[in-house]
Amino acid sequence: MTKIGLEIHCQLTNLKSKLFCSCKANYREFEINENICPICMGLPGSLPRLNQEAVKKATLIAMALNCTTPNKIAFFRKNYFYPDLPKNFQITQLNIYGDTSIGGAGSIIVGDKKINITRIQLEEDPGRLIYEGSSSKNQITLVDYNRAGTPLVEIVTEPDFENPKHVREFLNILSDLLENLGVSDPTLEGAMRADANVSIDGGKKVEVKNIGSFHDLEKAVHFEITRQNSLHDRDIEIIQETRHWDDKRKITISSRSKEEDLDYRYFLEGDIPWITIDPEIREKLKLEMPESISSKKERYVSKYNIPPQVADVLSSDKFYSELFDKSHTESNAKEIANIITTDLMGLVDTREKREESKITSTHLRDLADSIQSEKISRISAKNALHEILKTGKSVVDVITELDLGTVSNESELSEIIKEVITSEPEAVEQAKSNPQTINYLVGKIMQKTKGKADPKLSLDLLKQQLDDL
Amino acid sequence: MNLKISALEYVQQVQNGNISAEDFISKTLEQINKVDEKLHAFLSINDDAVNQARAIDKKIKSGDKVGSCFGMPISIKDNMCIKGSKTTCGSKMLENFVAPYDATVISKLKQQDAIFIGKVNLDEFAMGLTTEFSAFGPSKNPWNPEYVPGGSSGGSAVSVSAFECLMSLGSDTGGSVRNPASFCSVVGYKPTYGLISRYGLISYANSIEQIGPLTRTVKDTAFMLNMISGLDPNDNTTINVKNGDYLSDIDSGIEGKKIGIIKEMMAEGTDPAVLSATNDAIAKLESLGAICEEISIDMVKYSVAAYYTITATEAGSNLARYDNIRYGYDFPVEGYEFNSYISKARKNFGPEVIRRMIIGGFVPSAGHAGKYFLKAMKVKSKLTKEIDEAFKKFDFLIAPTVPILPFKLGEKINDPVALFLIDINTVTANLTGKPAISIPFSISNGLPIGIQLFADSNNDKSLLQAAYALEQTVKLPEVPI
Repeated sequence: MTKIGLEIHCQLTNLKSKLFCSCKANYREFEINENICPICMGLPGSLPRLNQEAVKKATLIAMALNCTTPNKIAFFRKNYFYPDLPKNFQITQLNIYGDTSIGGAGSIIVGDKKINITRIQLEEDPGRLIYEGSSSKNQITLVDYNRAGTPLVEIVTEPDFENPKHVREFLNILSDLLENLGVSDPTLEGAMRADANVSIDGGKKVEVKNIGSFHDLEKAVHFEITRQNSLHDRDIEIIQETRHWDDKRKITISSRSKEEDLDYRYFLEGDIPWITIDPEIREKLKLEMPESISSKKERYVSKYNIPPQVADVLSSDKFYSELFDKSHTESNAKEIANIITTDLMGLVDTREKREESKITSTHLRDLADSIQSEKISRISAKNALHEILKTGKSVVDVITELDLGTVSNESELSEIIKEVITSEPEAVEQAKSNPQTINYLVGKIMQKTKGKADPKLSLDLLKQQLDDL
Repeated sequence: MNLKISALEYVQQVQNGNISAEDFISKTLEQINKVDEKLHAFLSINDDAVNQARAIDKKIKSGDKVGSCFGMPISIKDNMCIKGSKTTCGSKMLENFVAPYDATVISKLKQQDAIFIGKVNLDEFAMGLTTEFSAFGPSKNPWNPEYVPGGSSGGSAVSVSAFECLMSLGSDTGGSVRNPASFCSVVGYKPTYGLISRYGLISYANSIEQIGPLTRTVKDTAFMLNMISGLDPNDNTTINVKNGDYLSDIDSGIEGKKIGIIKEMMAEGTDPAVLSATNDAIAKLESLGAICEEISIDMVKYSVAAYYTITATEAGSNLARYDNIRYGYDFPVEGYEFNSYISKARKNFGPEVIRRMIIGGFVPSAGHAGKYFLKAMKVKSKLTKEIDEAFKKFDFLIAPTVPILPFKLGEKINDPVALFLIDINTVTANLTGKPAISIPFSISNGLPIGIQLFADSNNDKSLLQAAYALEQTVKLPEVPI
């Protein structure tokens, strides 16, 4: 059986400062090596100053993944040489001398399977290496320390996954969860990274490192399973090793360095005293914890009778579920859920578009009310959305300016229907013998009115005219 | 003008208008010029000191608010960062490192209008107890320049002893303040772990070391603690103790106090002169009304082994950053791979640092940690338990600061194990986090002997009271320089 385990690195991008100093956690907006200080550069004499907010946010993640949370946590030094590591050790957490990391064993349901979490730890991100030069001979490595010291949460799972699809489902759920908790923005480049352990029946465990996005993680796992299976088919032994994901060629490559042989000489970080996480703090965090995605979904289905698939899509998205919760009333909830999931999500599908969009909860409420009171058709509502996103004008103004109001004038509509009947003799014949095909003609009416025709009135009038023929 | 005054006497004289900061600084610089070629306490001198003193004099004259140092010259061990000045750690590796920030103790003293007269010598990265391991040559003992001044804060002790400054800051990882204080006949103080911020002190063994003052009198130490102790957001290990003013009630005396004499610190191998001085001190304390009684602290016999194991482990990690990428010296990389490059780069370290880094790579490594590092940590916690027990019975503990007299330069440098064992009386305070002080007590054949008192954690104020009481019984000859 194929076994896959994951180590997910998630940056706490929503924090203000780095894990051990007051430089910005959001390093992305800085010029190279501008977001640094004596502490995150590991200058002689500097000491780490723990960001208490990071401890809270990481605890929140542990609680959301149903992990045990110890009363006291400690930090350890992981000693190794690497150019992106200013101190030549990383301050991280470890559980070999008892559970002292931010989260212990936990689990999360993915589809119909339980995925077990081994542990969650809080640690500092290293700097970023930039390679320049074309050939390996004149290649130089540049180091940007802006990222060094950024708060990172490592989530380690048991090898409970069986295939890449399963991995992807988990990652989707996890990234929605992290976003929903308000701890991280998974869409930021490099905010989510992962290592994977992959083994197939009878083979040794292979670790794949350096996977820079969740998208590539699925690919890397897929590649690795295929590679191992093909070795197995040819009776070649699968050795225990560390491989790196080559993100240009989309393959895994054996690491020449024997990283598994590294001795990290872990020991307690004496510069950070043990931190007590009181039960009161945990209780307080529990109260502050945003409603979980599954509870939201359940609420949408049971309270507003929103179809489960729609509720699923809506609840998994922090941005849209918040918009929904702000705009809906008892009576228009279903309509708003529809507008969001069928139209709005398609129109506003990137981070940039979300940031630029001018839509508010008032817009959504007014739009849904207009549809329900038949002031505007669903098709016209979609056109109105386009305009609102661009300009932020009120629904009333948009309807007037774009002349989107429903055509519900009987004589006006009757004229249009007459025209349609004349121009579509074949469809008329069909509709007479098979009433189910009548929708084609309704569509034509909508086309002629640019979607503004009152649908119910149109159908009634159409039926009447067909009967009269 | 008399340089041979205490820091508090200086404050009084400046306030009385008897002396000016500028005159005192100039005189001090003259003294440094006169004696330091021989003693080598200083690694660098503050060129701007006279100007700084002039500015402070101006403030005094115009009646502006002046910090409590009034421009007094203070020397700083060269492992503490002063913004814009070289901080070498006595190492070739940091020969050109200019600190871009101030250590917390430095900012605090700047606010009090101290003048940092210069940076003083130390064993490389504070590893050693003679200053012979400084990459820039040893310091000499002012009592006899053929003898070592102790270490690693040797430059601090020499500069205070030879009137090259009024006070000094050293750092004490296993006795590095108290040992040279004892060898040079000055007061040396190792506070409760966390009392003074370590921010800006270049780490050697961060879990046990503290910055500590070296002064001429116990009162001066109390004065210094008033200025530099306290909670610091930049050092998460600092503690919030409400000791108030360390100077007030310093003359409370020790009547009725119980003092434990640590048997293992006066064991075989202790110099007879040191032994007799200690007994003399005990007798004097008893005559002041203290009750002295012997106590055995069994774990002391393992303390040096545990100390070297733990400090090497932390040093191996703390010094890993000196990989020659940002510190050190340039050489062409052609022909080197990772290991040979690091190996060449690290030739920049002296023998003692290399020795401890090799030990530090070994004792906590997988497969050996259980036998060495973890065992050492066990000794540390058992020793702490024993000492905590002792403090349930006693107010203070007493022992010689160093079991032997100062020795000649070069005499022990090639015998690392013999050097290690000299730490036996000092490492306990570091491993247990307790405060300890060395008080100049006696002179034997022209060489100083210091007596050490310990107190329980956070009892720094009462420890200074006991030290002050003992100090008042002592009359020592002047240093022969």
